[in-house]
Amino acid sequence: MTFSPELEARFDKLLKSYPAGRQRSAMIPMLLYAQDEIGCVSDELIDEVAQRVGVTPMQVNEVMSYYSMLHRKPLGKYHVQVCTNISCLLHDGDKLYEHACKKLGIGHKGVTADGQISLEEVECMGACSWAPAIQVNYDFHHFVTPEKLDQLLDGLKEK
Amino acid sequence: MLYNEPSPLETKVLTRRFGMPNSASIDTYLATEGYQAFRKAAGMKPEQIIEEMKISNLRGRGGAGFPAGMKWSFVPRTSPKPKYIVVNGDESEPGTCKDRVLMENDPHQLIEGVLIAGLAVDAHAGYIYIRGEYRYLIEIMEKAIAEAYEKGWLGKNIQGTGFDFELYTHTGAGAYECGEESALLESIEGKRGIPRIRPPFPAVVGAFQCPTVLNNVETYCAAPAILRDGGAAYAALGVPKAGGTKMTCLTGHINKPGVYELKLGFPVKQMIEEVGGGIRLGRKLKAFVPGGSSCPVLTAAEVEGATMDYDSMSSRKTMLGSGGVIIMDDHTCMVKAALRIMRFYAHESCGWCIPCREGTTWLKKILERFHQGGGTRGDINLIGDIAKNMLGRTFCPLGDAAAMPTISIVEKFRSEFEDHLNGKPCPYEHEMVTA
Repeated sequence: MTFSPELEARFDKLLKSYPAGRQRSAMIPMLLYAQDEIGCVSDELIDEVAQRVGVTPMQVNEVMSYYSMLHRKPLGKYHVQVCTNISCLLHDGDKLYEHACKKLGIGHKGVTADGQISLEEVECMGACSWAPAIQVNYDFHHFVTPEKLDQLLDGLKEK
Repeated sequence: MLYNEPSPLETKVLTRRFGMPNSASIDTYLATEGYQAFRKAAGMKPEQIIEEMKISNLRGRGGAGFPAGMKWSFVPRTSPKPKYIVVNGDESEPGTCKDRVLMENDPHQLIEGVLIAGLAVDAHAGYIYIRGEYRYLIEIMEKAIAEAYEKGWLGKNIQGTGFDFELYTHTGAGAYECGEESALLESIEGKRGIPRIRPPFPAVVGAFQCPTVLNNVETYCAAPAILRDGGAAYAALGVPKAGGTKMTCLTGHINKPGVYELKLGFPVKQMIEEVGGGIRLGRKLKAFVPGGSSCPVLTAAEVEGATMDYDSMSSRKTMLGSGGVIIMDDHTCMVKAALRIMRFYAHESCGWCIPCREGTTWLKKILERFHQGGGTRGDINLIGDIAKNMLGRTFCPLGDAAAMPTISIVEKFRSEFEDHLNGKPCPYEHEMVTA
């Protein structure tokens, strides 16, 4: 597979970050950074990473299936993650999530028909003091209201 | 950046640079006594560094509260194997968002803490494990690491001391369990985050099967202040058996939610009323969680006279935990709270130990049915029984973490379960409050 020069540089750095013979350690970071670039963990990516870190594709599959941020199917261009865990729940994060479902017409791990936006109800993301919180890709949004969410989602549709 | 106004009641030790212009840059760090503790430690014997850490009474800030100096002393310095320093930045305990602000606003403080641990145990490489969702913090830490290499505070022969240290970041990819120390080590080795049986402990067999110091971000961040000002000065800030300050996250139904640095032993009521500005909408306190969703909850009556420290909380049969305070007002449905907490643990159970894997899923199903009005009187005891049968029967504390809050909610708020019986709709349902 061919990747961007930035991603190749990151792979190089990762493979040099662990003790000799421990290149398997780079597997999970490589999968996540590659997913950011190509959209999901494809069969091809599994083969490629397996070969680069010196394990079998089955071993990559076995490990990746454990981690909730690694996805086998493409997500939307903008992945909207709404936290409904306890501190967000106390600020009605569950209602915010329901609002997002209705607004987008999709549910948990759904993707809009144009492939622009995907939605996920997520566990605690570490924004508990600024609840309710959401993440769009890696960007945090704090103290989110249904109105703020509407504005944000409308903006993403046009981008 | 800061996400909340600081409070005048804070004791600024770890947060002393917060709010300064470019607080994350190495120039700001060096201009404000940064890396001076490392210089001092480099001139000390390793045993003296560990002794200073022991005097400080610093206890692990990730949740378990194990004395940090003692943990460092367990590493066999003379082992021919390489030793590693691993930073647990997997912050995922619901209610907790403090390591985030520490890494964001003062990344060099963490790097210096890691270097001090390296000197203490003769380690020459370290890994900062950061949860995948905190990508922007990985970028901040990598920038800080690059600055430190450039200015000679990482790499070979640091500042002419003869001490070498290489530091790397390692991203997680979504797994609460990887915040458990042995699962984190599995994850760093490129495996599923399944806990290891102990002993051996990570101090002896840790990362890459080598001796390893593994502490929380906040624990390492305290080391520079301890070495700079002395362990005794740090200890004096806290209470007799626990020194220093605790990064405390006020979350839930409180007027001024935020992360605040408070002395250990800070009175809970003063924290709620004066630091947090009281319960929102002028309501009353119903339940209080001192340090993350795995802690048993306290009632308003139990909070009377309590202070934010390990002993005060353990005398109330709960834990100081991670510092993730969760405040629930008198409009909160405790069945719904118990259900949401259990849904989380059922989602995050790694599945390795049967009591946890099955227990969390069954409890989630029963609580879900209960909250929808389909519960029976017998279910109330069943919930408690299942939870009690998970306690102490798993490799790692996740099973306990799921069971403890559940048991406390069933025991202390039994009447709320009864209010949901006979198909009654939840008495606490409400429209979204955005005040």
